[in-house]
Amino acid sequence: MPEAKPETPAVGPKRFEPRIVAFFCNWCTYLAADLAGTSRMKYAPNMRVIRTMCSGRVDPQFVLDAFAHGADGVLIGGCHPGDCHYQEGNYKALRRVHLLKRLLREMGIEEERFRLEWISAAEADRLKTAVNDMVEKVRALGPLRLETTAEFFPEEVKVA
Amino acid sequence: MTDKPKVAFYWCASCGGCEEAVVDLAEGVLNVVAAVDIAFWPVALDFKRRDVEAMADGALLASFVNGAIRTTEQEEMAHLLRHKSQVLVAFGSCAQLGGIPGLANLSSRDEIFQTVYKEAPSTVNPEGALPKSLHRDNGDCVSLPGFYETVRALNQVVDVDYYIPGCPPTPKIIQQAVEALLSGKAPEKGSVLAPDRALCDECPRKDTRPEKLTLTAFKRPQEILIDAEKCLLAQGVVCLGPATRGGCEALCTRGNMPCTGCFGPTSRVRDFGAKALSATASIIDSNDEKQIDQILDTLPDPVGLFYRYSLPASLLRRKKLPEQPATKGCAPKAG
Repeated sequence: MPEAKPETPAVGPKRFEPRIVAFFCNWCTYLAADLAGTSRMKYAPNMRVIRTMCSGRVDPQFVLDAFAHGADGVLIGGCHPGDCHYQEGNYKALRRVHLLKRLLREMGIEEERFRLEWISAAEADRLKTAVNDMVEKVRALGPLRLETTAEFFPEEVKVA
Repeated sequence: MTDKPKVAFYWCASCGGCEEAVVDLAEGVLNVVAAVDIAFWPVALDFKRRDVEAMADGALLASFVNGAIRTTEQEEMAHLLRHKSQVLVAFGSCAQLGGIPGLANLSSRDEIFQTVYKEAPSTVNPEGALPKSLHRDNGDCVSLPGFYETVRALNQVVDVDYYIPGCPPTPKIIQQAVEALLSGKAPEKGSVLAPDRALCDECPRKDTRPEKLTLTAFKRPQEILIDAEKCLLAQGVVCLGPATRGGCEALCTRGNMPCTGCFGPTSRVRDFGAKALSATASIIDSNDEKQIDQILDTLPDPVGLFYRYSLPASLLRRKKLPEQPATKGCAPKAG
């Protein structure tokens, strides 16, 4: 089916900056991000953080909604296993993330775009490394462009 | 013709089961016919598209449209019926959420054409001809409806007033919906005309559901001998009852089969599959990554399981296409 080729994105000095939506738990990872800030650590500015009370609060709908609205990657940060403020929330997140990863694979979304990290309130370094690493991996994959898919949702058959 | 209110039934990308469901009203259909004139129903009555086109706008009290939108013709008919109807009802899972035909959103149009018209073992097509929307032969011109890349639910094409869920909707649900519409006591626009509670609520196995439900393996119905009274989830069978809207009176679980989610989500859920996934993942009885993965291996096809009836209406709507269309040159059709 002859279809218009996508225009090559403007190359040159402007490189692709991925948009990463991050859901951080109130008790550990969000505090790690806070610590990174007060310690004046530098890391990739591509992340938009949303604070949730627990990684277990992150409904799979939040993740899909982020992707559908233009996120190139989604990062969930929670307390280390055994450290959950609500005892089991991070385990619930773990189970959901594993199943959601399988679903995303089937939907053609690369594995590197969705990640779960255990980062305690003291591990600002770990946060920095995780974010930098994720940004680089997603940058290498390129934009996800699901919002363009939505725009071109009813793409009609070309009249032959 | 009398001055009874006029209604229309139409089908788009569907299997015919919804039409069957209307017939399944049995003698109840007489009440419907007594109250309304059926002005258009291609599967049963000999009215044509031009008859609908000749009507004044809003001449139909209601149109019941089943099936998802896959072709240009279906989209045209959806627009036509929208103009001619005061109330447009999405009838059944396909119109409401995209339904089973919506699972085609896991493939591109090219892949579908390739499989259906070239590679399928039963296909004989030595010239490798593929459907075209326009074909010229010796000055004659033949046209076919265009085939969209993506399957859509009805409300992704036109404004929809009400939804009747189910694959297919049950006679009781249909009758209650029609009565509500005719009585003028119709609920708020956009409502799903079925109870807004989870299926578990009306399941006869409800009392056998353990308070803390945990599983170390998921089983498919054909793999075990299912106990006729015990909660299916407690037996290890993936049942989507906790995430699915009730109103079907638990037909499947009464018949010893798990709920597959055809009534869609309740009003508080945006994406049925994500919520069903969430509910299913929560009952996995392990905190160990490897073991969780082993347990998940018993769910071979998460999209087919959780989005069986709702992929086009989901947040992601379709599998990501390998190549995105360009921003210029192929603007989406209006509407």
